[in-house]
Amino acid sequence: MKETLTFNGQTVTVEADGNTPLLWIIRDSVGLKGTKYGCGIGMCGACTVHVDGRAIRSCVTPLSAVRGAKITTIEGLDPEGQHPLQKAWIATQAPQCGYCQSGQIMQAATLLKDFPHVNDQDIDNVMNGNLCRCMAYVRIRKAIKLAAMELLQNA
Amino acid sequence: MHSPTLASRRGFLMFAAGAGVAFAFAPDNFAMADSGKAALTQNFEPTIWYTIDSTGVATVNIIRAEMGQHVGTALARIVADELEMDWNSVRLAYVDSDPKWGLMVTGGSWSVSQSFNLLSQAGAAGRIALIEEGAKLMGVSSDICIARLGVVHAGTRSVSYAEIVRRGNLGRRFSAEEVKTIPIKSPKERRLIGMPSAAIDVPAKTNGSAHYGIDAVAPGMVYARPKIPPTRNGSKVVSIDDSAAKTVKGYIKAFALDDPSATVPGWVMVIADSFVGASRAADAITVVWASDDTSRISEKDILDHGRKLIDNPGGGSWVVEDPGVDAAFSGAHSVLDKTYTTSSVLHFQLEPVNALALEREGSWEIYTGNQWQSLIIPILAKALGVSESKVIMRTHLLGGGFGRRLNGDYAVPAALAAKAMGKPVKMLCTRADDARFDSIRSPSVQTLRMAFDSAGAVIGMQHHAAAGWPTQVMVPGFLSKGVNGEPFDPFSISGADHWYSVRAHRVRALSNDLANRTFRPGWLRSVGPGWTNWALESFMDEAAHSLGVDALNFRLKLLDGVGKNQGSEPVAVGGAHRQAAVLRRVAEKAGWGDDMPKDSGLGIATTFGQERAMPTWVACVARVRVDRGSGIVTLEKLFIVIDAGTVVHPDGALAQVEGAALWGVSMALHEGTELANGQVRDTNLNSYTPLRMGDVPIMEIEFIPSANASVGLGEPATTVVGPAIGNAIFSAVGARVRHLPIRPSAVLSALVTRS
Repeated sequence: MKETLTFNGQTVTVEADGNTPLLWIIRDSVGLKGTKYGCGIGMCGACTVHVDGRAIRSCVTPLSAVRGAKITTIEGLDPEGQHPLQKAWIATQAPQCGYCQSGQIMQAATLLKDFPHVNDQDIDNVMNGNLCRCMAYVRIRKAIKLAAMELLQNA
Repeated sequence: MHSPTLASRRGFLMFAAGAGVAFAFAPDNFAMADSGKAALTQNFEPTIWYTIDSTGVATVNIIRAEMGQHVGTALARIVADELEMDWNSVRLAYVDSDPKWGLMVTGGSWSVSQSFNLLSQAGAAGRIALIEEGAKLMGVSSDICIARLGVVHAGTRSVSYAEIVRRGNLGRRFSAEEVKTIPIKSPKERRLIGMPSAAIDVPAKTNGSAHYGIDAVAPGMVYARPKIPPTRNGSKVVSIDDSAAKTVKGYIKAFALDDPSATVPGWVMVIADSFVGASRAADAITVVWASDDTSRISEKDILDHGRKLIDNPGGGSWVVEDPGVDAAFSGAHSVLDKTYTTSSVLHFQLEPVNALALEREGSWEIYTGNQWQSLIIPILAKALGVSESKVIMRTHLLGGGFGRRLNGDYAVPAALAAKAMGKPVKMLCTRADDARFDSIRSPSVQTLRMAFDSAGAVIGMQHHAAAGWPTQVMVPGFLSKGVNGEPFDPFSISGADHWYSVRAHRVRALSNDLANRTFRPGWLRSVGPGWTNWALESFMDEAAHSLGVDALNFRLKLLDGVGKNQGSEPVAVGGAHRQAAVLRRVAEKAGWGDDMPKDSGLGIATTFGQERAMPTWVACVARVRVDRGSGIVTLEKLFIVIDAGTVVHPDGALAQVEGAALWGVSMALHEGTELANGQVRDTNLNSYTPLRMGDVPIMEIEFIPSANASVGLGEPATTVVGPAIGNAIFSAVGARVRHLPIRPSAVLSALVTRS
């Protein structure tokens, strides 16, 4: 089947079965490799992207569930890669191997939309679904708080 | 949808995707030395380790795997410090395999320690040559010149490195022997080493442009997913029925691999034009295997076998054998005798193992992240039936290493499939495939004994350890010989050869042959000390309590720095005194000895890292709270003090300790699996449960300032946390746990035993 979706503001028509996971459409059909495969069952969060502004696990989301949707991946979060979260990730030197970090940042982006005055409990509740195998959790938490401050100051 | 093109530049794959989404890999920070820049003048290349181009940019060749430790930044800063570079003009090139690099391995926390002198001297060689040539260009004597920030100065006159490269005669090259004789700076002259710095690899990891093995593509490639046999070593394919796969979109074929290297016996590769197709076809295909007896081996069998090995006093390799051990025990006033066990652990590096293999102009190219190219290239050559010179490993970032990718076995099936298909094959394991194919951390059994005289002084100690030996299975040439002439895997027993003065010490290492047969044991972050230090530091605590003395003071008294424990220049200088120092400091930070709330406790433990020849001195205090009703342990805080000598990249070092310590937490309280009928029981996150954000304790980490030689930092903090937690549980509620991971049920049982 042919589906027309928007990836990072670009309209793309893809041809694939409706039960194809969105992750592989993003990576192998569209060629946006920043979104990663980790567990395939929605439990590590490395494949997190935004569908119409909401963070979802693209590895367990079939193409048929996102017809006509606007998909945002890590490459499209900010045109210059300068989203406050991305800047905070660099300021805190959060990434180690970096493999989970696209998903961490995409998840954190909706966390801060939902909870602009984010606290530790909010971070635990929302970010617990994103595994960092390098265990860079201390810095991820610090980076989220740093980005939250910048967003509040600019609000 | 997209038409990939294979870029020739430095062998890195790039492509432009369709639909206006276009980008290329190789972000600026990973700038592979751009041949275009060098078109006008020759680059300056005094050694193989770096070049300086005519714009004054130095590109440092990194032969180590970048897997989260920011090793490229640390190594480049060592070069740049001696080279007197402006750090902003330093780039990294993560190089492909080539015999000229020598041994390519990234493990053992060795990279900085083993490269420090070599890279310092290489940097100094360049500085000497640039100063000489700069002096000539200025018409002055080189004696009055100094170099700073990429410029050679002579009084008020100066000439930049860029200009020297453009105008000078820089044909000078230094042989490896010459480089070895060049003196390096004294610590107080250092301008980059030990100073704050951001890691060069970080920005690309925040915007999706970081390029991992899984991201490699080639024109005309097909995808493969394996059908993994029921046992690791002894399965044979009887039949393949792919009738149900024929309706899967894009399915091409399935076939059993013929593997002359015997790396992946019994593997079936399922090929399709997409990964989804290959994965779904693999699910639909039925393979019948004839498997060996290990299909009936489970965790308990391996642990029982380990106990049996320990009970036979004649077996194994004597790693440490001081005179008088038997006499000390036969004449002892009392003896403490305890046994400790650990369960299987998965690496669970987040990027499942994968490789893209293709043949080009008679050579085989393997695109994958890997930690030990020198180990797998000969095996790939054997598998493909070509000479080693015809196999090239193309370097990529690793989505986690932790030792999994020291064993490059996953490259073999991709290469064999590419050969069979006559086209590029990209093999990707699903998460469950990856777990079943993992080289797990072996289960272990250890018995420790301590002999005391009538005054309670330690007069002898024994440490017997049985586990699967990765080095025996994969690199027998790396085995060491014990006092009794029997071989042992140094990586699987290190840590037991501790720095405590115990008068007469025996360490006996036993290879668990049933483990070695049932699975392929792996090197997992810190390897042996993951179990040896669990046993040793739990046992030291038990010994102190059995004598009724303080667990800190008991250790300090034994860390007397006498005899073989005094240490030696340069790397192990200070010996046990430095281990005692980190223990004292961590106790002070943690308020050791203070009253604690009910059911809360502090536990202390220490480690010297992996190797006596490269000790990283670490001490830890854990503060826990135990719920007596459920047995649940809450880890509230970790205090960690480290003496790692000279720290090259302080923030990277701190990040390694943070990550390593939390690995220790995860393996103590959260993750762990068991073998069940020849396979690991847990293959994904629905039942394998590493530490998550919400369970991270508060951590206070401190480095001891030091100008001593650099040692390793990637692993040591991993092994100190488990025993600190176990000892804290005892301190909190009097329950002694002797198995890793520590489960609430074990705490409850230990509470019952106590009462």
